[in-house]
Amino acid sequence: MLTKRIIACLDVQGDRVVKGVQFTQLRDAGDPAELAKAHAQSGADEIVLLDISAANEGRATLLETVRRTARQLFIPFTVGGGIRTLEDAAAVFSSGADKISINTAAIADPTLITRIAKRFGSQAVVVAIDAKRGEDRTHWQVFTHGGRRPSGRDVLEWARDAESQGAGEILLTSMDRDGTASGFDCELTRTVSDSVQIPVIASGGAGCAEDFRAVFCEGHADAALAASIFHYGLRDVGELKQSLKSAGIPVRWPC
Amino acid sequence: MIAIVDYGAGNLVSVKKAVDWLGQDSRISSDPAEIRNATKIVLPGVGHFASTQALVDSGAQAAIVEQVERGVPFLGICVGMQWMLEGSAESPGTPGAAMFAGTCLRFPDTAKLPHVGWNQLEINPGSKLFRDVPQSSLVYFTHSFFIPMNDWTVASCEYGSSFSAAIERENLFGVQFHPEKSGEVGLKLLANFCAI
Repeated sequence: MLTKRIIACLDVQGDRVVKGVQFTQLRDAGDPAELAKAHAQSGADEIVLLDISAANEGRATLLETVRRTARQLFIPFTVGGGIRTLEDAAAVFSSGADKISINTAAIADPTLITRIAKRFGSQAVVVAIDAKRGEDRTHWQVFTHGGRRPSGRDVLEWARDAESQGAGEILLTSMDRDGTASGFDCELTRTVSDSVQIPVIASGGAGCAEDFRAVFCEGHADAALAASIFHYGLRDVGELKQSLKSAGIPVRWPC
Repeated sequence: MIAIVDYGAGNLVSVKKAVDWLGQDSRISSDPAEIRNATKIVLPGVGHFASTQALVDSGAQAAIVEQVERGVPFLGICVGMQWMLEGSAESPGTPGAAMFAGTCLRFPDTAKLPHVGWNQLEINPGSKLFRDVPQSSLVYFTHSFFIPMNDWTVASCEYGSSFSAAIERENLFGVQFHPEKSGEVGLKLLANFCAI
């Protein structure tokens, strides 16, 4: 049976992790290569590295970070942040990423999805969507530029469009829930997941292992992003998976 | 030297990295002369079946077929495995290498596609490729087309119905999943291939 994936996310600035899946034993800010390897060993199914500086002058540093991180990583590895062109994507792939994640640039020019998918395959293109619930409570709007700018586009419509442009997966973040530890937005996740055929990765709002169970069962998520495991009172990804396994969710554990 | 065959599709870095990790000498190449000198050949693959046409154009296909006839071990990964059959529904006009009978089919639209993630293998005992790989191991898949179960299936997987996760005949090996992205299990399998 296809298992539900737990994806560890590391936010990096320059060559350091500034926020990531936290361990009690490991310092939060750390070396991306070291942390990625530790997460893989503790049971993460994939690693996502997000360059939150995303400034042009930092690209060479980022590519070196990607190269170092990829070297000892034998699970899928996604890199996002600041990818604006096919050439940006190509540089990240040749540094060792298996997938790229695009957000603002895809909204600005949806054919970017198609162009990257044509050259590297749809499986290599993750479209990240930052979603905020509208005042009518029944629709969600897409935000870009790290959640700072409303795009005017409807999330459901954009998710379908991204799929038809050739996206292989959708990384869906609820801005309303992000950082609240009040649980994933299962309604948002289910609405998007049921309207597209490609897998949906849920993100934003997890507070405990039960939230992951809920987003898999009620939210129909195919995968979930783990951001600050330490805050959930869990030691590492393995402990989260152990608890999901006990709740009857198919996960890769032990691994 | 292991030749990792480049046909301009997708990303070969991951496969090269895994082979490097195992301490094996390898080269990424599309040069028929280099393929003829290789002691083993790996054909990675992500992307579209039609891209395998480049193997014919570069002369790599002729070199691979020649080597395979001499018994040089060959491993096809994902689209590289699918290419070992006669063709694929993904690109009916592009012939495969026909090392095995049959064609690749698309999963029905009732499931999420692509089939992405870690799924469980049912491994036939006696496979050289899976020597000492634990039964029911989980490996990483990402694909929309599959090879149906056949006489050479040495590992199967289930997504809606059973399909061939791996095929094997003498020194010919094909895997639908990505051993270079499947953690310890995948590295073990690649080490087995390198040791053949």
